[in-house]
Amino acid sequence: MDFSLSMLSDPEIMGMLGTGIATTLRLFAGALVCGFCAALVMTAVNLIPARAVQALVALYVEYHRNVPTVVQIMVWYFGMPEILPVPVRDWINRGNTEFSFALIALSLNVSAYYYEDIRSGIRAIAGTQIEAARSIGLSAMQALRYVALPQAVRYAVPPIINRSIILFKDTSLAMVIGVTELTYQAKRIENATFQTFQIFMIATVIYLCASLLIAAAGAQVARKFPASFKS
Amino acid sequence: MIEFLHTYGLMFLVGSWPNGPVGGFAGTLVLAFLGLAGAFPAALLIGLARTSDIRVAKAVSTVWVYTFRSIPLIMIVFWAYFLLPVLIGTEVPPFSTALAAIIVYESAFLAEIIRAGLQSVPSGQMEAARAVGLGYFQALWSVQLPQALSNMIPSLLNQFVSTIKATSIVYIIGVQEAAFAAQQINSIELTAALRTYLVLALFYFLLCALLSRLAKALETHLRNKRLGLAA
Repeated sequence: MDFSLSMLSDPEIMGMLGTGIATTLRLFAGALVCGFCAALVMTAVNLIPARAVQALVALYVEYHRNVPTVVQIMVWYFGMPEILPVPVRDWINRGNTEFSFALIALSLNVSAYYYEDIRSGIRAIAGTQIEAARSIGLSAMQALRYVALPQAVRYAVPPIINRSIILFKDTSLAMVIGVTELTYQAKRIENATFQTFQIFMIATVIYLCASLLIAAAGAQVARKFPASFKS
Repeated sequence: MIEFLHTYGLMFLVGSWPNGPVGGFAGTLVLAFLGLAGAFPAALLIGLARTSDIRVAKAVSTVWVYTFRSIPLIMIVFWAYFLLPVLIGTEVPPFSTALAAIIVYESAFLAEIIRAGLQSVPSGQMEAARAVGLGYFQALWSVQLPQALSNMIPSLLNQFVSTIKATSIVYIIGVQEAAFAAQQINSIELTAALRTYLVLALFYFLLCALLSRLAKALETHLRNKRLGLAA
């Protein structure tokens, strides 16, 4: 098998590859931001002292953790248009339908995991710390700002980074509904050029580098803000 | 809904069996089980290599683990799809292709579980075993591994859940499993997409939630046993 990357000099192929990388990054960044915001909203909602609300949040988390991501994407893309209100459906269809549904599915999926990470970060701090902070004269906001949050973030960041790596890999699942992300484009380039080995190698190396880069960034953050002050 | 399940229930459960290969939910379970069982011996070697003092073994196993944890399963499936026939020289059925990809993918995750399990056994155990005259492999086989494995059971169960969820992507190369059955039903029954995919999601939900619960209960049991709390 001769290995040459001559296809990269073809502007059309490069364009397809560029679209793939751009779509993957957009999907990743979009789901990361939307998912994180949704997780914050859920953290706030879960404070409502009503059994029904907390049960709903728990069910939401369980659904997204126990159903495969690709099935969640399928439920949104194939199933949800049946029950979505017409104006919403029209609004989604006006843009890039596949991309929008993949973004919704991935955002909701990752939000359940982020939510759990944030919650366990908050739970890792002893309640007595807040009491102690209040008793030495800090206001509730100050206690949150200077005592609780700095510690909670340190506990929550490593699992959030890990989940983000998985989210990056999961963007490849959007290919099943025809989103033009990296894997889908790699498959298309393969069909066009028959240079299977080369294009899969390129796509694999891109995924590998991106995942390792996110992991390295996470390690950097963890080193700078260690969860434990003891060591 | 009942009529729907009456018509397609069997297809969901076993796919086109007995007229074709076992598919549907049964296919998913078979694939996940064989995938994890096949990955175990490889993961054991990789996990041992990760904890060994041999430089080369450590480097190779580390690269293996980081590589296959960093790329999406879908990419590995495509690699298997076009590399296996080249390597073996004959056509490879989709099921075997998917199984090979899952084994490679899961071996990396499983190796990390095994590494953690091995490291969870206090080093004094190994030292004591060597001191009473056991060889390295004897000590490993009859002292370190049994203890490590019993500590690992909850993690192994969780990995089985991950594997079940991961297998849902292999329908793209035509493997008969649950997601494939759902796709088929969706293409026969054109107006029942939501129902079809909700049944699919419910299957994964019940199965994975149950197994996760079991893993959690086992974990608590093992921790209590270690602390001497269990009766």
